[in-house]
Amino acid sequence: MIKTDILIIGAGPTGLFAVFEAGLLKLKCHLIDALPQAGGQCSEIYPKKPIYDIPGFPDILAGELVDNLMEQIKPFQPGFTLGERAETIEKLEDDTFVVTTNKGTKHQAPIVAIAGGLGSFEPRKPLLEDLSKFEDKGIAYIIKDPEVYRNKSVVIAGGGDSALDWSIFLADVASEVTLVHRRNEFRGALDSVEKVQELKNQGKINLITPAEIVGLQGEDNLQAVVIKKAGDHEKEFTLAVDNFIPLFGLSPKLGPIGDWGLEIEKNAIRVDNSLDYQTNIPGIYAIGDVNTYPGKLKLILCGFHEATLMCQSAYQRIFPDKKYVMKYTTVGGVTGFDGSKKEAPKAVVKAIE
Amino acid sequence: MSDIKIKITDREGVSHEIDAPTDMNMNLMEVVRSYELAPEGTIGICGGMAMCASCQCYIKSEHELPEKSDDEEAMLAEAFYVKDNSRLGCQIHMSEDLDGLEVALAPAEP
Repeated sequence: MIKTDILIIGAGPTGLFAVFEAGLLKLKCHLIDALPQAGGQCSEIYPKKPIYDIPGFPDILAGELVDNLMEQIKPFQPGFTLGERAETIEKLEDDTFVVTTNKGTKHQAPIVAIAGGLGSFEPRKPLLEDLSKFEDKGIAYIIKDPEVYRNKSVVIAGGGDSALDWSIFLADVASEVTLVHRRNEFRGALDSVEKVQELKNQGKINLITPAEIVGLQGEDNLQAVVIKKAGDHEKEFTLAVDNFIPLFGLSPKLGPIGDWGLEIEKNAIRVDNSLDYQTNIPGIYAIGDVNTYPGKLKLILCGFHEATLMCQSAYQRIFPDKKYVMKYTTVGGVTGFDGSKKEAPKAVVKAIE
Repeated sequence: MSDIKIKITDREGVSHEIDAPTDMNMNLMEVVRSYELAPEGTIGICGGMAMCASCQCYIKSEHELPEKSDDEEAMLAEAFYVKDNSRLGCQIHMSEDLDGLEVALAPAEP
């Protein structure tokens, strides 16, 4: 069981900044995120896009903002459970919560802060009959262990970086790699596109474009896919394969959090914005894009503010008898849990003769 | 600048004739959201960067639309329910020459 003071669900900018504000109050944080890396949408969807409305930054790339936040919270040593989705929540008799992920990892904390953005990122699944029947029986959306594909014939569908990169990687592992994409053009890093071209020329990747997979065949396990080739030579044919890996990117889904008994409105969690962004369940807060209230704006800068007020309320909840006065970092400095100390340099007091 | 009339068929098949402003730097996805013709969280998920297909729509009138950008082409190539007349609403800027535009929202992805 992982124990912490504030369990943050979602490691996007809002969740990350909450670690800093909690740290100033000497509260420890642990973050859960379904993605394998921190940063949420900023890392997953648009790391190379500039943001112009982060106060104090005329422009900053989304990926840089995440790097900066990670640097800023480092002294507070947050824990991370990445690549796992928060699945269930249970309230114990001592008023603490236990959140369990889809992989069974358990986390306990007196405060849960949901900073889940638009939800957890789930693979986009193609619309094919019998798709679910073959899931884990030849079809996978995420490659966990490439060795599974050794000496197998694999078909990959998609036109982005992950489809390109995995085709390249599996070309050396699988007995046969076929890459199917709806258009001739791929959207990915130039290196990857050129490498696939090279492997295609060498006959190591079988490229079928423009085409799409329109059917699945097999008894228990997947045995073949039906490919429909478009363009001048329109035809449908069957390709015997052991594995099919559709890589159509990820899309966010509110997911299991929607079943936690929280008040949901417009696909977001209703919170008390007049006070502390607490939900209808005391001890559970929702901050950033995942919450809603009158006048809500889904902006990173609003998430930062919400995270700050949430931490103050969490502190009062954990220490109801303690009196606390907010201290400016300029005055109090930043004392990390790792023993580091940042503070304003002392002014010199010296007479000038 | 004035408003233009647009006919939007929502995902339930209900047709709405609405006024869209041309002087507020809005795109079609934002117009749909401002009239709440699709539930929040099911349209414009990426915010208008052509990085999701939640604002996909079918163009039903004969209007000349600006060419698709590479990003829009690439996104539509990975989207579901795509037809020849599919476009991403977030890439269609509201301008006076779109008066009378008729579109239908594509189904939400499962």
